[in-house]
Amino acid sequence: MRTCAESFEGYILRALGRDYGERLLPRNLDITLCDQLFLIASGLIWNIYFAALAIFVGFFLAVAVAVAKFSENRLFSVPASAFVFVFRGSPLFIQFFFFYSAFVLLPRSGIDIPLGFVTLTVNTTALTTAQVGGLIVLLLNTTAYSAELFFGALRSIPKGDLEAADAYGMGPLTKFRRVVFPSMLRLAWPSYTNEAIFLTHSTTLVFLSAFPARQQAGEAFYYARYFVDQTFNPFVAYPIVAGYFVLLTLAIIGLYGLVNMRLNRHLPKERRRRIRFRPQYIR
Amino acid sequence: MFSFCTDPATLPQWQWFACYLTTPTHFAFYRSFLMVMLLLAITAPVALALGLVGAMAVRSRIWPVSWLGKGYVNIVRGVPDIVFFMFVPIALGQGIEWVFHHIQCPDWDQPIRQGNDFIVCREAKVPGVNAPAWVRNAYAFSMAVVAFALVFGAFAANTLYGAMQAVPKAQIETAEAYGMTRAQAFRRIIMPQMWVYAIPGLSNIWQILIKATPLLFLLGLQDAVYWARELGGQKTSLYTYPHPDWRMWYFLALLCFYLFLTWASERGFARLNNRLSRGQATAAGERHRRGAT
Repeated sequence: MRTCAESFEGYILRALGRDYGERLLPRNLDITLCDQLFLIASGLIWNIYFAALAIFVGFFLAVAVAVAKFSENRLFSVPASAFVFVFRGSPLFIQFFFFYSAFVLLPRSGIDIPLGFVTLTVNTTALTTAQVGGLIVLLLNTTAYSAELFFGALRSIPKGDLEAADAYGMGPLTKFRRVVFPSMLRLAWPSYTNEAIFLTHSTTLVFLSAFPARQQAGEAFYYARYFVDQTFNPFVAYPIVAGYFVLLTLAIIGLYGLVNMRLNRHLPKERRRRIRFRPQYIR
Repeated sequence: MFSFCTDPATLPQWQWFACYLTTPTHFAFYRSFLMVMLLLAITAPVALALGLVGAMAVRSRIWPVSWLGKGYVNIVRGVPDIVFFMFVPIALGQGIEWVFHHIQCPDWDQPIRQGNDFIVCREAKVPGVNAPAWVRNAYAFSMAVVAFALVFGAFAANTLYGAMQAVPKAQIETAEAYGMTRAQAFRRIIMPQMWVYAIPGLSNIWQILIKATPLLFLLGLQDAVYWARELGGQKTSLYTYPHPDWRMWYFLALLCFYLFLTWASERGFARLNNRLSRGQATAAGERHRRGAT
């Protein structure tokens, strides 16, 4: 039997691959509680990686898509609405499968994109890994969900604010930067917090669905399932992973709460909008 | 299926596809779509009933009942669903076997949990050791239904509780002033009126339920995802209908199926909401009233 210190050393970075710790995962009778705690914790590296990158990049894309959907020009609004409809109307689970099987079909050697002065070769094999391909699917998905939230917020910006901006003689860009964008963020922020939480929980689907975990480097739920398969006892690994996710959720609420405070700093305390946690995970 | 399907290798394009798409395995694929619909059709009313009971329990004035209701709603909503979907069927299966074990083999002397194994006597295995395949499938399916109903029942309970609170207080006070008991006021005033407040939330839960159905795949059922992977995978010339890797197209078909389901139910709910708004003290109800006069 390993001691706790040994399993910490052996497994805390195991999610990064075989070179970081024990080559093999613990098997049936050899599994200790500390192994479960630390291996599942090491899986959180990927959960955080997927969630942080997808949310960060997705935020900017979502603002663009929301503005496009709100635009009066049908050339922008129709494609944006279609994008949002497709990614919100279908299960993320199926999206993973679809994109994985599409990425597999791409040529192995890479795709050449001629840019005139230089030819860019896009490495397509990376797309079939979870770290790139899975991230892209999560990114597109969160973009669609957040864009819908921002779109709803854009629609409910008070008319007076816009008129005031016009009265000051602001141009369209200044108006967007100083009035529309901050108001939109303020209105959408509580639901955007929930969106960030859902996305973090959805990262558990990456390895469960299509993308293979190379060298058994998976995320937290992948390891929890591995332990349940090995021990046939769901009463240890699943509560552990649930506990970690509760902690992650609290961290997100704390972080977004800080931003929320900053966004509403001009308002008197009792008029600030509170963030309410409304969990509905599957998408 | 068709009479011209005897030798697929010599068929022209469209006939080849007509034969290919009507093979017995493809019919299993089509049936799996029916399974999704069946799951939805069973789970939705069960979850709604569970939600109604849960919401009434939360409202109850008897504290053990209300604690039970609150505990159920908050615990299920607080834990990631996927964990729940995987956890409930295993835990429930082990629980059932444990009970049967104690009923049928009382003189069993070994412990049930031996290290990493969960061992019960032969008679207590559920489904039975010699059970035919369809019984096993039906058992796995009903486990899935229970897991789905538990999770979505908690969501529904939360929504329905909110809707019950949203019914104007003055109306309940009036009902009680007329001498109705608490139960009568609930049945006659709250129940008929809460739906209009509950529909947006319930429609949301329904959409999430639709999008949760592919998770059946994780429970080991031969659902649409399973068949799409099986049928779409590359088939060499050893097979009657050889083709390259077509999984992308199968999953595209699945994607379209789900898009259609969510789109159709969105429209359905819009109509239902419109219908329920009649005679309500809301803006939509007011619009109905003005339309009538």
